[in-house]
Amino acid sequence: MPVKVKNKGLATSIQDMGRPGYFHLGIPISGAMDRFSLRVANMLVGNDESAAGLEAVFMGPELEFTEDAIIAVTGGELPPKIDGEVKETWTTMRIKAGQTLSFDYIRHGARAYIAIAGGIDTPQSLGSRSTYAIGALGGIDGRVIENGDELPIGSISTNMSEGTSVPKVLRRGPGSPAELRVLPGLYWHRITHEAGERFFQETWKVASEADRMGYRFKGGSPLEFVERKQPFSAGSDPSNITDAPYAYGSIQVPGGTEPIVLHRDAVSGGGFFTLGTVISADMDLIGQLQPNIETKFVKVNMQTALSARKERAVMLDSIRQAVA
Amino acid sequence: MAKIEIRSQLPGVFYRKPSPDEPTFKEVGDTVKAGDAIGLVEVMKTFQQINADAAGIIVSFEVEDSDVISPGQVLAVIEG
Repeated sequence: MPVKVKNKGLATSIQDMGRPGYFHLGIPISGAMDRFSLRVANMLVGNDESAAGLEAVFMGPELEFTEDAIIAVTGGELPPKIDGEVKETWTTMRIKAGQTLSFDYIRHGARAYIAIAGGIDTPQSLGSRSTYAIGALGGIDGRVIENGDELPIGSISTNMSEGTSVPKVLRRGPGSPAELRVLPGLYWHRITHEAGERFFQETWKVASEADRMGYRFKGGSPLEFVERKQPFSAGSDPSNITDAPYAYGSIQVPGGTEPIVLHRDAVSGGGFFTLGTVISADMDLIGQLQPNIETKFVKVNMQTALSARKERAVMLDSIRQAVA
Repeated sequence: MAKIEIRSQLPGVFYRKPSPDEPTFKEVGDTVKAGDAIGLVEVMKTFQQINADAAGIIVSFEVEDSDVISPGQVLAVIEG
């Protein structure tokens, strides 16, 4: 029972939990920028939490359903409309054959997740349906959705009832200013003590270039580097290093000016120093940052990072119980 | 004559010209048809065209060229 794409929105892509295991070959994990929200959308329609859904960024697509379906929209507040009637986010909805799902303009956040009972059933590549457009993997023939596409939907018997909703306290989104917790990393020694302090004190703003590969931030002071002898094979800029692997969430600062947090479609390595890494529990929040949103980086240690990861798992568990 | 607001669905940077060397898409007083471009929004390294969703005459632009805009913000008002 395909879903027809009447309007693609802006770079709306099919995403699941991604394709781990190939980063050493330069193929990133991809998958939902805000995995938490995709998991919850899937819970609300009775899918396996890792089923493929749609990730809409800033604006929603327009989709015509050819059969009755159970759907849910989570993530940023992008109000869904069924045949023009506004519905609730984070809530199980029923849509009938012939009806159209469209969206109002986004009120906060940056990405919405649309789950359909049965999941989007496009062919997997390297074990995932996630769209990695630059590498032409997953999605629809390796690309984001286009007008006129027909999205195949898997079959499932779901017993989720209409109106099942996630309590507001369990809907996670960035605060204002957004706070991203950072574990200082391997190349922290490259910048001066003062530059390091300032990095955490200043308020940054999301740049409009921010995308699935990386989130760029502007507005803070340029970093000052510690003097050094240029290492063998490193570029001449003080922000260059001998090529090295990058971790997801790592923060590179080319030229010492604008930090870039590498995200789900990240490059796997290169010649820029990385001053630290955004902790895994906060990666989903980045996916909900609009351009120009004020952001603070908050220094934490490994213990805090691990307990934050645990808290996030507990929160997901609470949602599983709340919607079961 | 009803006033119609043209809003952006996207956050980003608003431009009134297709490129820096070209004239603006539309000026106040110009007539537009539904679907006519009135500007561009730059976001995620792409430019998205903003179209009028109704026909009429442009009464005002509510944002300047190169302004940073938020989703839902009114960009221009037309009278149709």
